[in-house]
Amino acid sequence: MAVIPMTKLTLGPIAYHWSAETRRDFYACVADEAPVDEVYLGEVICSKRAPFHEADLPATIERLERAGKTVILSTLAEVMLKRERKATADLAAMDAAEIEINNAAGLFARGKRPHRIGPFMNAYNEATIAWMAGQGATHVCLPSEMPAPAIAAAARAARDLGLGVEVQVFGRASLAVSARCYHARAHGRTKDNCQFVCEDDPDGMPLRTRDDRPILRVNGIQTQSESYVDLLPETGRLMADGVTHLRLMPQEVDMVAVATLFREALDGKLSVQEADARLAALSGEADLSNGFYHGAAGYRRIAMAAPT
Amino acid sequence: MSLAELICPAGTPAALRTAVDAGADAVYCGFQDATNARNFPGLNFTPEELAEAVGYAHANGTKVLLALNTYPPAGKVDLWRQAADAGARMGVDAFIVADMGVADYIARTHPDVRLHLSVQAAASSPEAIRYYCENFGVRRVVLPRILTIPEIRQLRTEIPCEIETFIFGNHGLMVEGRCSLTNYLTGQSTNMDGVCSPASDVDYTRHGDGSMSSQLAGFTIDRFAPDEKAGYPTICKGRYTAPHRSEGYYAFEEPVSLNLSRLLPELIEAGVHAFKIEGRQRSKSYVRNVVSAFRTAVDDIRAGRQPDMADLVALTEGQKQTQGAFETKKWR
Repeated sequence: MAVIPMTKLTLGPIAYHWSAETRRDFYACVADEAPVDEVYLGEVICSKRAPFHEADLPATIERLERAGKTVILSTLAEVMLKRERKATADLAAMDAAEIEINNAAGLFARGKRPHRIGPFMNAYNEATIAWMAGQGATHVCLPSEMPAPAIAAAARAARDLGLGVEVQVFGRASLAVSARCYHARAHGRTKDNCQFVCEDDPDGMPLRTRDDRPILRVNGIQTQSESYVDLLPETGRLMADGVTHLRLMPQEVDMVAVATLFREALDGKLSVQEADARLAALSGEADLSNGFYHGAAGYRRIAMAAPT
Repeated sequence: MSLAELICPAGTPAALRTAVDAGADAVYCGFQDATNARNFPGLNFTPEELAEAVGYAHANGTKVLLALNTYPPAGKVDLWRQAADAGARMGVDAFIVADMGVADYIARTHPDVRLHLSVQAAASSPEAIRYYCENFGVRRVVLPRILTIPEIRQLRTEIPCEIETFIFGNHGLMVEGRCSLTNYLTGQSTNMDGVCSPASDVDYTRHGDGSMSSQLAGFTIDRFAPDEKAGYPTICKGRYTAPHRSEGYYAFEEPVSLNLSRLLPELIEAGVHAFKIEGRQRSKSYVRNVVSAFRTAVDDIRAGRQPDMADLVALTEGQKQTQGAFETKKWR
């Protein structure tokens, strides 16, 4: 298989309420060691968390840029309250930074100035992507539930319009967001007096069925997949179909090692089989899944057909 | 005071006639395919049925709103465009849309037909709503069920379009149009296929101790004691365990119905233009009872009379009901 050197690895925004110190250490490590080309920063899930780490943002940006990474700031997925509207408008007003928009309120504020379309923006098809491109979008991250044929058709359309196309290839999938905080609810609290219990679950709070089968993860207002999405075996097909950026979502595993495995597999330095076996080992108890990509239930792991 | 239109569900031609006869100001419906968010077996309209239904509704002064409120996956956009073209030919009064590509197509191709922004678009701020108004000429937004009445009253002053809110029926918990829970367990997508916790994947298992499990695609969504009534396994209404909750608990929400009848006068006063009754999957008799009761209440309020709320509250008798986010921020 021909190596397509253009394919970029990205690190998505941290979905969880990791402490400021954890984040500093994490991004220092990413800057020094992780072979990712682009890093998305910012609070996407809960506006109440932002004050804990936004003071560190300028230093983090500087650190990552010095290491040669492109930094993109991501906006909130849910925008309803005054502070959320203001945070979104403030980010959209930044001309110096590249931004990824996750809510139509951000599109409104950004106008026709260049921006990226985030995975919460529901860019499912070529008509929507064409509309967004006409409004200044330069890059689109597709929803994680899209199956392969739709990804290929969307990527073709986006490439024809000169847009970058991104697909999540590692980490828990976002399955839902809500106005209600389910972390607070689990502790008998409401969102307004949550006392930030979500900080106790740096990889999400596991929900199990009543016959004790793991099913979902709660992350504040977000519900995630129990399994980690793993499209490492599918990266060849993704690249062939025109996907330009592969997104790794930060989980509580050795993300430098995860990024290195993807990079080495992309560069042909490691066989896909070997890289995927190592990824499974790195992921510990988490199941790996690729069902969405194969048009099956998202939690499933579908074996790839042998290459022809 | 707003006109307070009653927007009523029409899952079948028979339900549509029932809703029209019971006094609906408008009915909403969809085709028998993935172009709408209630793509359930046995529901919805063939093109011929819809054409006839539009004739019946219009003859009785009732509007017909066509739901095209799912998200076409790339490569399948034509199905949504053809549905819009068919609806326009039949003379529907508005399209209810969520996808920007679909909205853009209709705005350019059928500029004379009103566009309503579906709850599936999840526009929950003045800025998001204005984005759709300014770019696609949206005339009405169906608000997500997450705002309090004071927030709605404030919002009304900040947007250039009408407001429609849900008032009765199923109480969705997740931000609509951003939920892939069903696809994660079943392989069918709410956004792309219009499917939510599909009946074809449902099983009930009776255990030796008399308890009952409800399952979706093999996952136990809830377990009911012998004396408990088993409910439908909707993922966001199930009971699960968590590290701090070793007993099964409703991690997202209890299986409650939304009933805002007590808040109706306040919502009208806040400037809500239209009230949506959920339930395209419901029976004719349900539609008749609910629509008639709300018709009477709205007419009483419009005429300055005190509406008889007991009838409306009784509609959910025996079931748990909620005023959801509308009453208090504590819901969040």
